[in-house]
Amino acid sequence: MKDQQIRELRITLLVVLDKNVKKRLKKRRECDIMFIKQVNRFMAKDQEPVNKVDMWEGVSIVPRRSFDEELKALKEEMLKMGSYVEEAIHKAVKALAEQNLEVAKLVNEEDERIDEYEVKIEEKCIRLIALQQPVAKDLRTIGMITKIITDLERIGDNACNIARIVQKIGEEPLIKPLIDIPRMADLARLMVHQSLNAFVNQDPNLARETAKQDEEVDILNDQIFRELLTFMMADPTIINQATYLLFVGRYLERIADHATNICERVIYMETGNRENF
Amino acid sequence: MNISNNGITKIKVSNLNFYYGSFHALKNISLDAYKNRVTALIGPSGCGKSTFLRTINRMNDLIEGASVKGNIAIDGQDIYQKDIDIVDLRKRVGMVFQRPNPFPKSVYDNIAYGPRIHGIKKRDELDGIVEESLKASALWDEVKDRLHDSAIGLSGGQQQRLCIARALAVKPEIILMDEPASALDPIATGRIEELIDILRENYTIVIVTHNMQQAARVSDYTAFFLMGEIVEYNETGVIFERPADQRTEDYITGRFG
Repeated sequence: MKDQQIRELRITLLVVLDKNVKKRLKKRRECDIMFIKQVNRFMAKDQEPVNKVDMWEGVSIVPRRSFDEELKALKEEMLKMGSYVEEAIHKAVKALAEQNLEVAKLVNEEDERIDEYEVKIEEKCIRLIALQQPVAKDLRTIGMITKIITDLERIGDNACNIARIVQKIGEEPLIKPLIDIPRMADLARLMVHQSLNAFVNQDPNLARETAKQDEEVDILNDQIFRELLTFMMADPTIINQATYLLFVGRYLERIADHATNICERVIYMETGNRENF
Repeated sequence: MNISNNGITKIKVSNLNFYYGSFHALKNISLDAYKNRVTALIGPSGCGKSTFLRTINRMNDLIEGASVKGNIAIDGQDIYQKDIDIVDLRKRVGMVFQRPNPFPKSVYDNIAYGPRIHGIKKRDELDGIVEESLKASALWDEVKDRLHDSAIGLSGGQQQRLCIARALAVKPEIILMDEPASALDPIATGRIEELIDILRENYTIVIVTHNMQQAARVSDYTAFFLMGEIVEYNETGVIFERPADQRTEDYITGRFG
């Protein structure tokens, strides 16, 4: 287990234990034992168990408990927003494939909730900066959250745009069964999901891998474009719907771009350095 | 530690060790402070930053049992050489302390004190130095009509600027500041910080501060001290945006453990 993880665990446990702050010093021994158990529980099986860890090592007071809690709550809220956004992509493409106008309408309605989340999270970030004067990684984290929520909100808008196209196509039969668009949608949604996972797990490598998938999305988009062009040349009466489908490809491509942005922000948050994809 | 590609090194500290008797207070400190730049020293109490500051004008010489190894050079000249004139050194390296400590004399005499010691006797010359120093420390407009009143009657913030003016009066090259604003209210603190920003044009400043936001606001370079060592020294922007050492990160984010 990495020192960093032990440190985090120590902080988490101290936060829990601090409720009994007066008894804390008396219970020091008990806490040590409990801490070692916890550390071992989190260890990978192939590693040697820890039997001597002083969780009080160098810790004099609980460090910035309320700030840590607020920051944690902020991250959780952003992830919640992320899960709504993922759901919106899923529903929008499903509505398209099934030509389900009800679901399309729902996506549009639920976009309001995503927008509200963005404003709410942004306000909390500003408040934290004003009251806590974060620096270093804390600052990078809060700064990147304000940027990531904008990406998420845009992704939501793109899902909405797809849902609107479903409404425009209406019940008119699809010119061909959808193959590449759902594939592209799955990939884009996976990218969003993984970019948020990279955020949660503080994993710049996952962020790098995820960002690289953007190329595949771009290739699929080109493929869709060429295919629909051929269809339109063969039969001009379908131009209307084919153009709509072109737009769907474009919206999905934009979603993947925003997911790539999120990956870049996670890398900066973790390492302090910029990498562009 | 040389961290600036284009700065001129004013103070070069190499492998400095300092002992209070048997206590090893500074361990292998190496640091370049650059001309016309503000270098901030941060770190928890007892980490050695004030001790380090005082080695730069040899104030620690006054402490019994203290000993220094290593080298501090100002403009390339070793200040711990035997033939160094300490009075001259302290003229070149002025100091401002945590609590304003004006002499119980008039505003004028506080500032004229240093120049007089250094042999300036002519009234008009002293008048010029007093005015110039008070203007440089942004105090002139507030005290020009009461130069001969006691300095003790000034507010805390004014007293501190008077002490800065007093340090400037002997025309130093370097100004050391040991928590110069910690006893002042936010407005007086703001003035001192503004003053530091102006003084940088003509002086090299090294400042110890417990207020990390202050270090971030006023300094160009920041050194983080811990238990007598420099953990990290870099441009202030880098230290506060992406410190390289976990201990620096823990300290500046307030999670020091």
